[in-house]
Formats: sequence, structure tokens, C-alpha cells
Amino acid sequence: MDGPFTTALGLILAADPALMQIIGLSLRVTLTAVLVACAIGLPLGAALALARFPGRGAVIVLFNALMGLPPVVAGLIVYLMLSRSGPLGDLALLFTPEAMILAQTVLILPIVVSLTRSVVADIWDEYREHLQSLGASRLRAVPTLLWDGRVSLLTGVLAGFGRASAEVGAVLIVGGNIAGHTRTMTTAITLETSRGNLGLAVALGIILLSLTLTLNAVAWGAGQWARGRLG
Amino acid sequence: MTRTRRFTLLGFASGLAMLAAFSASAQAFITVASTTSTENSGLFGHILPIFQADTGVEVRVVSQGTGQALETGRRGDADVVFVHARAQEEAFVAEGYGVQRFDVMYNDFVIVGPGDDPAGVRATDTAAAAMTAIAGAPASFASRGDDSGTHSAEKALWAAAGIEPAGEWYLSTGSGMGATLNTAAQVPAYALTDRGTWLSFQNRGPLEIVSEGDPVLFNPYGIILVNPERHGHVKAEQGQAFIDWILSDAGQQAIASFTVGGEQLFFPSAQ
Repeated sequence: MDGPFTTALGLILAADPALMQIIGLSLRVTLTAVLVACAIGLPLGAALALARFPGRGAVIVLFNALMGLPPVVAGLIVYLMLSRSGPLGDLALLFTPEAMILAQTVLILPIVVSLTRSVVADIWDEYREHLQSLGASRLRAVPTLLWDGRVSLLTGVLAGFGRASAEVGAVLIVGGNIAGHTRTMTTAITLETSRGNLGLAVALGIILLSLTLTLNAVAWGAGQWARGRLG
Repeated sequence: MTRTRRFTLLGFASGLAMLAAFSASAQAFITVASTTSTENSGLFGHILPIFQADTGVEVRVVSQGTGQALETGRRGDADVVFVHARAQEEAFVAEGYGVQRFDVMYNDFVIVGPGDDPAGVRATDTAAAAMTAIAGAPASFASRGDDSGTHSAEKALWAAAGIEPAGEWYLSTGSGMGATLNTAAQVPAYALTDRGTWLSFQNRGPLEIVSEGDPVLFNPYGIILVNPERHGHVKAEQGQAFIDWILSDAGQQAIASFTVGGEQLFFPSAQ
């Protein structure tokens, strides 16, 4: 029997269409979820850092705690929302890639919000007088603060990507692991494990890890390049 | 802040609307909630392309334990359920969630266990006697423990043997057939499995079939259309077309022609 590394290499070299489809779907779902979570989470986190309102502490604690939300619970909540018997059932989204994007967004959002809040609060403390002397209001300062914190924020975004690409509980429940439609890398690994195809399961794991490694290397390289170029 | 919040809500709402538009444009398909045994054995991979070529309708299979598959049907999240636990299926129809149950095919359960057979199961000639031997021996038993069809069949066997399985020897894995077999191979422990999953299972370790052939191990599969009167969005026409096809000569032949390692796994039984 071939070792898992040989199997993994063989699968990649053969460019097996089913595998390529699974990889494509995994990347599409997770990257879309990261984008949506950033679009909501970056401004929300910055606002949370700068705004003062009653109950702010509770909101911060809530988002911090939600970073530990078990994926299967997030999946279950989204499942109950999207199920035909649930409040959003008419959208007919259960067992679709879009449902998986929604579930992963729920998982990533707290990470993006909490890390953005922490990064922006630190920078604001440091440059508050400077920014205020330039006449920038809190709200107007947000883009500047986010830009200044971009390297730290990138780490948060990568943490979010990692959480989403590695999880299986949520996408299994809301996606249903339908062959050719909602089967991702992690649900395929679960399926092959349950079929006793441990070699193939490990091979898929190796491919998933390689993808994550590549993406992180690119992000790190881009960060270094931006730092060198922009100071 | 209020402005930010309003934008966030707006973004969320428009995102959902976009997602809905996305999925509305999809081609004709039905969703079938079925069991891990049919999916893991590769049966669907064999018969569904034939059905799709015949009708142009795509079948999306969500494979779950029988209990979960019936719950998916109850909530209206599938058009058809295709499972193996007759009592639960009949209750599903009686409660009005399903239209009618049809026999499709059967396979059988086998009891697997460590090859050195510490409980002496090979010497027994009925499934109930096999269970009694396992419970009375210093040996473990790995149970699905997940309300699946296989778990229901296992509970019926314990009941027939007059045994309440409990204690350190009784391992309730709460997971699918494959995961339970992986556990049984490691312990090693005895386990009840459907023959289809067993034949296509790759990680057997020391496990072998130790008991088979008792008529009580017969494992019939039924197919049921989710009741469109209960859930108006059910694709009754296409769902019924799938049921009609699988009960037809073409569908029954497709099932009979599926083999793993030269062995036929499922035997057509449509009336």
C-alpha cells in the first residue's frame, strides 16, 4: 500500500477533477466567508474600539467569548435558521455552499471584531492627540487606524481563515457533504475516515495543510514587502 | 455608531438576498436524505448518474443516520427520504410527514469481531445467541448509539436476547458506521454492521465476520416522498419521479448491478 504522501502527490499530479472541485469549493467558501467577515468585522471592531456607549463592555466580552464558539454549535444555529421549518426557510439555502459561507462567517466574525478592536484601541491610545490635533474625529480616524494596524490585522484575518478552513462541524451540518455540491476538504476527510480509507484521508489532510501553508506564506511575504516598501 | 450599525444590517440583508438569488438560479435537482450505509458503500455513486442521464434531474444526497435523515424530512429539508428502519419509517408516514413507504431493496447485517473470537460467537447459530455470548464474555461491543437504522436493529437483537447492554464493555460511539468500525478495529470489539459498509470498509484490522445469515439480520430499505401537504415547497413531481424510477425495472437493475469486489451488496425488493 502506498503511503499517504505518495497518495497525496499522486492525487495532485493527476489533477483529479473531483478533487479539484472539492479544493475549489473549499477555497471559495472559506475566502468568501473571510471577505464578508472582514467587510463587517473591521468597521465594527474599529467602531467598538472608539465609540463609548452603555453596555460597551458587555459587547466586547460577548465578542471575545464568541471566539470560542464551537463550530458545531454555530452550524446548528445556522441550520435551525435556514431549515425549511426555520425563520429563513423560504430562502432555500440549507445544503448549499452559501449556507456554509454564512456558517463560517459566523465563526470568523468574532475573531475579526475582537482583534480589530484590540489593535485599533492600542493605536488610538498612541496617536490620539496627534490625530485630534489634525482635526480628525473618531469616525474619520477609522480608515487611518485600520491602515496603520494592517500588519497586526492581517494576523487576525489569517487566524480567521485558519479557523474556517480547518473546521468541519459547521459545514457538515449546514452543507450536508453532498458529493459534487457541498463536499469540502474537511468533510471529504471525515467521509474517507468513516469509510476506513485512512490513507486517502491523510492524503487529503496533507493537501489541505499545503494549501493553508501556501496562503500563509503569500500573506507573510506580502506583509514583509509592504513593510519594506512603505516603511 | 448607529450609522455603522445600519450599514452592517444593510450589508447583511443584501448579502442574504444575493445568496438567495444565487441558489434560485440552480438547475433541476431534488434533495434526498439517506443513510451512511448507502453513501459510504458507493451505491449512490453507481445509480445516480444512471437516473440523471435518464431524467436530467440531479439528486443531491445528504447522508446521515436514519434518525437524523427522518428528522431532516420532518423539517422539510429533503424531498425524499431513503432509509432502513421500518418501524421509524412507518411512524414517519403515520404522523403525516411522509406520503407512502415503498420497499426498495435489502441487504443484511453481520456481526463482526476480533478474529480470535474471545466470546466464541462462531459457535453460536442465531444472532440472539451471538449477542448473549458477547455479553457473557470478557469482550467489548462497539455500538453506533446514534438512533440509526443499524442501532435500532442492534437494540432489537439485545431485546431478543433479553439483555440490557450496559457497563464498561459496551462502547456507545454515537457516530456513523465507519467511525464505529474504526473504533471496533482498535479496541478490538464486536460490532453490528450492514454488509455493504463492511465490504467496502478498508481499515478492518483484526476484525472478521463472526456471525451471519440469521433471518433477523435482514435489513430492508424503504423510500418515502416527504408530504407536500405538510411542506408546500417539496418537489413532489421530481421526487415521485425518482421514487418511480428506483422502483422500476431500470432502477432495480441498477441496484442489482452494483458490486464491490465482485459481491452484490443490495438486493432489489420492489413489489
